[in-house]
Amino acid sequence: MTAVIDSPSTAPAAEPRHSPWPQRLSSLRLVALALFTALLFSALIIALSDLDKLKRGDIGGMLTNVKDSYSALATGAFGSLRGWSETITAATPLIFAGLSVAVAFKAGLFNIGATGQVFAGGMAAVWVGFAVNLPAAPHIILAMTAGAVAGSLWGGLVGLLKARTGAHEVITTIMLNYVATFAVLWLLKTTAFQAHGRSDAVSRDVAKSARLPFLFGFLHRSSIDLRAHLGFVIAIALAVFVWWLLKKSKLGFQFRTLGANPEAARYAGMNPGRLTIGAMMIAGGLAGLGGGSEILGGINQGHATASFAGNIGFDAIAVALLGRSSPWGTTAAAILFGALQAGGQEMQLQVHVPIDLVLVIRALIVLFVAAPSLTRIIWRLKDTGSDTGTQLFKGWGS
Amino acid sequence: MREPTQVYLDAQQAIGRSLEQIKRARNLGIVYLILAAVTAWRLTSHAGTATFNLSGGRSFGVAAAPLAWIVAASLAVMGGVQLARGLGRWQSAALAAAAIVFIFTLLAWAAAPNSFAFVGMLTQGITYSTPLIFGAMAGIMCERSGIVNIAIEGLLLSGAFTSALVGSVVSFWVGVAAAVVVGALFAWLLAWLAIRFKVDQVIVGFFVNFFVLGLTSFLGNRILSVDEAYNQVRTLKPLNIPLLHKIPVIGPILFEQTIFVYIAFALVFVLAWAFASTRWGLRTRAIGEHPRAADTLGVNVNRLRYANVIAAGGVAGFGGAWWTANVGRFNENITNGRGFIALAVVIVGRWSPTGALAGALVFGFFDAMESKLSFLKTGIPGEFIQMTPYLATIIVVAGFVGRSRAPRAAGQPYESQ
Repeated sequence: MTAVIDSPSTAPAAEPRHSPWPQRLSSLRLVALALFTALLFSALIIALSDLDKLKRGDIGGMLTNVKDSYSALATGAFGSLRGWSETITAATPLIFAGLSVAVAFKAGLFNIGATGQVFAGGMAAVWVGFAVNLPAAPHIILAMTAGAVAGSLWGGLVGLLKARTGAHEVITTIMLNYVATFAVLWLLKTTAFQAHGRSDAVSRDVAKSARLPFLFGFLHRSSIDLRAHLGFVIAIALAVFVWWLLKKSKLGFQFRTLGANPEAARYAGMNPGRLTIGAMMIAGGLAGLGGGSEILGGINQGHATASFAGNIGFDAIAVALLGRSSPWGTTAAAILFGALQAGGQEMQLQVHVPIDLVLVIRALIVLFVAAPSLTRIIWRLKDTGSDTGTQLFKGWGS
Repeated sequence: MREPTQVYLDAQQAIGRSLEQIKRARNLGIVYLILAAVTAWRLTSHAGTATFNLSGGRSFGVAAAPLAWIVAASLAVMGGVQLARGLGRWQSAALAAAAIVFIFTLLAWAAAPNSFAFVGMLTQGITYSTPLIFGAMAGIMCERSGIVNIAIEGLLLSGAFTSALVGSVVSFWVGVAAAVVVGALFAWLLAWLAIRFKVDQVIVGFFVNFFVLGLTSFLGNRILSVDEAYNQVRTLKPLNIPLLHKIPVIGPILFEQTIFVYIAFALVFVLAWAFASTRWGLRTRAIGEHPRAADTLGVNVNRLRYANVIAAGGVAGFGGAWWTANVGRFNENITNGRGFIALAVVIVGRWSPTGALAGALVFGFFDAMESKLSFLKTGIPGEFIQMTPYLATIIVVAGFVGRSRAPRAAGQPYESQ
């Protein structure tokens, strides 16, 4: 019925199964160039935003400022074991949520709802964490599973709405993020969740047995110093799982077909509705595990607050875009973002350059990777014509 | 004499459509019955008279419990009729009426036996919906021309920041003008990346959102916080429209607002008219639906897209200045996701200016209702009231808009041949 009269040629570029090495190298070079360009632009912003030096025309001082900022950024991220630990800690939720967005992308779905799914997973995990009594290993497994289930139900709802009614996931995920935010705010004030003797929105602490162990616990240093936790290992394991799912499994093949061309998927006898629900459930489950990891291991010290999902959902979109929705690319992008986050804290502390600069750097990296031709023009590189960026959006209709 | 195949296909389509309609009508009937049950079960519990305060010391009283019983009975009847034979073309109007009556009953229940600033709430609702209207109009101008605009949030935020900074250093209206320019500038960036480099429009939109959020937070911490003089604007006073503002009830709600509100409403109606009957509007719709055909007829598709997106950026920048006018300063991420609500409003309003206006008013109204109801001890958690418009959006998008007609070419880059 939807005769393809003349839909302007947006045939999704077929993804090469085995990209040859030279091409991979050039794509790696592209990311490096993008990072470099982004840092250059941001340096300009650091320099020009120092009004005192700008008024005095103190160019040397501005350059010193840039140098100090970036050296603090590098030290904060990789300069010490603590730096590495902070990088890993900040990267962990971004891997979970980034994988969530990436899986949805592969199936042609835009999951803006990782925030809500992280909330759902985190709330389920925290409840199992404080309300159930179990020895350590089973307790952690049960709490994380609860997080995955809650997240996948929250995400699956989006898939169900899309499959049954055609409601566009961009709208439903954004709306469900708000619903989740207010639901969490309410839940944290109910007797079922609220910490005893508190009047603000804070949950009870999970039992010791449900806390994720610290990665560097064997060093017996203070856990405030080295906060990296088991969640990172789980996240990496999930990246392997997602790689297997997308590249090796039948379901993953179906997801990719659906993402590349829904009509083709239908003709091949696949059930787009069911696949949509399935993809959103897996995406939601991944984000839900991220919520669990944040609560049981992360910086939240084992309890939920009204904002424990923070900006994870939106940062995850940037991470998945940067990683081009591949599990390894997404993981690498998350670690890069984590490093920027950890470094940014140090930068703010040492040089008093606000950490918000990190957001600018991240945005620019995403832009220069998404628009390779722009990066090529800036650096006057030859256009190999091999990639023109990705085309994700397939219209608001069903 | 038609082809048998065509007859069969038509019949099949007719059956399919009526099945879907029957299902929707049934669901709607069930919704009415649920509302009736909730009203009878919960909203009849408060005895006494709810006093609704109007402007100028006037007020009117409603006996809360009897009202609830009457409304419950009417809703039940409506549900029955809906289930039995459907309300036909009155369906949407009936739904809107039922929603309004239900909310009014809810307010009476919440207020009884005390009083409630009814007109104050409606006035505030209009105020709150203003930035949504600007954001939604910006979205419609882009999407109707075939460019998806996820960046409304970023554009609003850029306007809010610029108007606060320039407004503090120079003067308020120069700040507003600067906000328009900066909004247009970021929109130009969006159009340039989407058209010249054919970057996916959703990615570009998110880039603008991330970038503006980062940049305004950074500059806010680095420049605005240095000196209070950089972030201090006088808030805008309401401008009473002569004569009209004296009309009871409607006057204070509609005609004692700031100039932003008047401009927002004017913009909606100008756009609605322009889309329907100006050359610009028809061409914009053409390049959003079928750029190839428009190109063949001599419309410069990409140039008109640039023009529309840049103009939309100006509108959003102006909308961003609303925060400065209302709050008097810039705070980090002051728009707080309103741009995404505006995006939803565009879709709920089916890409039509007046439809989006209705959606924006509903969101604004619920914001106002939440802040007023939190004063009355109702036992309903404020979070539920805050959640309602978002849930309602999901229901509306899933139940009514789902397969509606978006501009066909939205999101697709165009290359002339």
